[in-house]
Amino acid sequence: MSYHSFLLEPISCHAWNKDRTQIALCPNNHEVHIYKKDGNNWSKIHVLKEHNGQVTGIDWAPESNRIVTCGTDRNAYVWTLKGDVWKPTLVILRINRAARCVKWSPKENKFAVGSGSRLISVCYFEQDNDWWVCKHIKKPIRSTILCLDWHPNNVLLAAGSCDFKCRIFSAYIKEVEEKPAPTAWGSKMPFGEVMFESTGTSGWVHGVCFSDSGNRVAWASHDSTVAVAEGGKTAVCASLTSETLPLLCVTFITENSLVAAGHDCYPVLFVYDSNKAALSFGGKLDVPKQSAQKGMTARERFQNLDKKATTDSKEAVLESVHKNSISQISILNGGKAQCAKFCTTGMDGGMAIWDVKSLESAMKDLKIV
Amino acid sequence: MSKNTVSDRFRKVDVDEYDENKFVDEEEGGENQLGPDEAEVDSLIRQGNLMGALQAVLKNPPINTKNQNVKDRAEGLVLKVLSSFKSTDIEKGVQSLDKNGVDLLMKYIYKGFEQPSENNSAVLLQWHEKALSAGGVGCIVRVLTARKTV
Repeated sequence: MSYHSFLLEPISCHAWNKDRTQIALCPNNHEVHIYKKDGNNWSKIHVLKEHNGQVTGIDWAPESNRIVTCGTDRNAYVWTLKGDVWKPTLVILRINRAARCVKWSPKENKFAVGSGSRLISVCYFEQDNDWWVCKHIKKPIRSTILCLDWHPNNVLLAAGSCDFKCRIFSAYIKEVEEKPAPTAWGSKMPFGEVMFESTGTSGWVHGVCFSDSGNRVAWASHDSTVAVAEGGKTAVCASLTSETLPLLCVTFITENSLVAAGHDCYPVLFVYDSNKAALSFGGKLDVPKQSAQKGMTARERFQNLDKKATTDSKEAVLESVHKNSISQISILNGGKAQCAKFCTTGMDGGMAIWDVKSLESAMKDLKIV
Repeated sequence: MSKNTVSDRFRKVDVDEYDENKFVDEEEGGENQLGPDEAEVDSLIRQGNLMGALQAVLKNPPINTKNQNVKDRAEGLVLKVLSSFKSTDIEKGVQSLDKNGVDLLMKYIYKGFEQPSENNSAVLLQWHEKALSAGGVGCIVRVLTARKTV
């Protein structure tokens, strides 16, 4: 497990390249900085300046090596590496509010942008015009789209929104792909069709993730709950209320295990049992610092009572690795089926890389099924 | 021109009502929710069965109904039960509830905070402390984010 503090400002969003040697991140301003790993240090090799507003989403396509960024300036740019320079191409999203999140599809021929305009823009490249074109999914979205994730079949798209619902839409674009085969979520998938809509949880949906097979979708909601739905004739939903602050991001690390993180500054493991259709808490994944237990002198006790009105001897310092909310989690190795390493970035400007094997051995009773 | 400046009634129009994009919560039939059974709860309190009274008063919460009277009556009943507990028994009372029960209890506690009075603030704070240790901050987050509450 390693932690690197990039900046003092929050990291708004990040994305890794294919071999995980470079990371693109937004230091809470209008730019995107690309850092390259050399040895134990990270050196900044590129600065991408084109956006006029904070960059809210970055995604790096591993095969085609293109970066897509979206920002509060209502634009998205597709960046291609020409020689040693990243060249932007503007994509007109036709939205009148900020863009919030962006994701390349698995085949990298499309990407989807969620925005505050209560719609999702699905963009694809039109060869004839040499231009990125977008189609909108509007109904029945009632509020900002906060998070997106693609199904492995390149057609279905899960979207979490501020109207308290997680939905799965079809983003089938006939110009760039064949008709998709039936899935657990349904067989007819015209563009914009709602294949699944969640009920039961209230609270903005901050993070959404498909499992590796695409048969399950998990989402984290602002009412401190995590839920998993499994596709089928009738979708089966299981949710778990937690005693902690809301979680902001969630990802599958195996078909049955999820890792989520949020305002409590440490990642948490959840395990889904499909036989019982139940979600359970697996354990806190943070590695606690071995802090020496200092005894309190009487003087310190009175000082505490005087200054802070408390006799508590706990220091007011977070024991977790991240010192502020974790806003994004990404898989580094192993994919969503057998994740070996994942990375978290947060509001403290730091990035932590977590090794699943060493976490399993460090925490007793932690089983990742 | 003088005709237009006479009336200022337009300033009192609530323009948000006319916004076609206004978010309307889903209607869930709440007309049948009557709140906890007053007679049952009263008899349990008189018998001294406070645990039973707590379980009974947390049944049938008037969450979906738009009738304010039903909600007020339910809140009053809950406060009656909460105040009749001895301080030492509060923790046992909270332990006897399941997760949903603790969430519901927290909703009633915060509703009670909205109208502080001489009698109930101290009692509510004691219940709040015990419910917090059972439900964690997640329980309070659910009270804050609930669209339909008691």
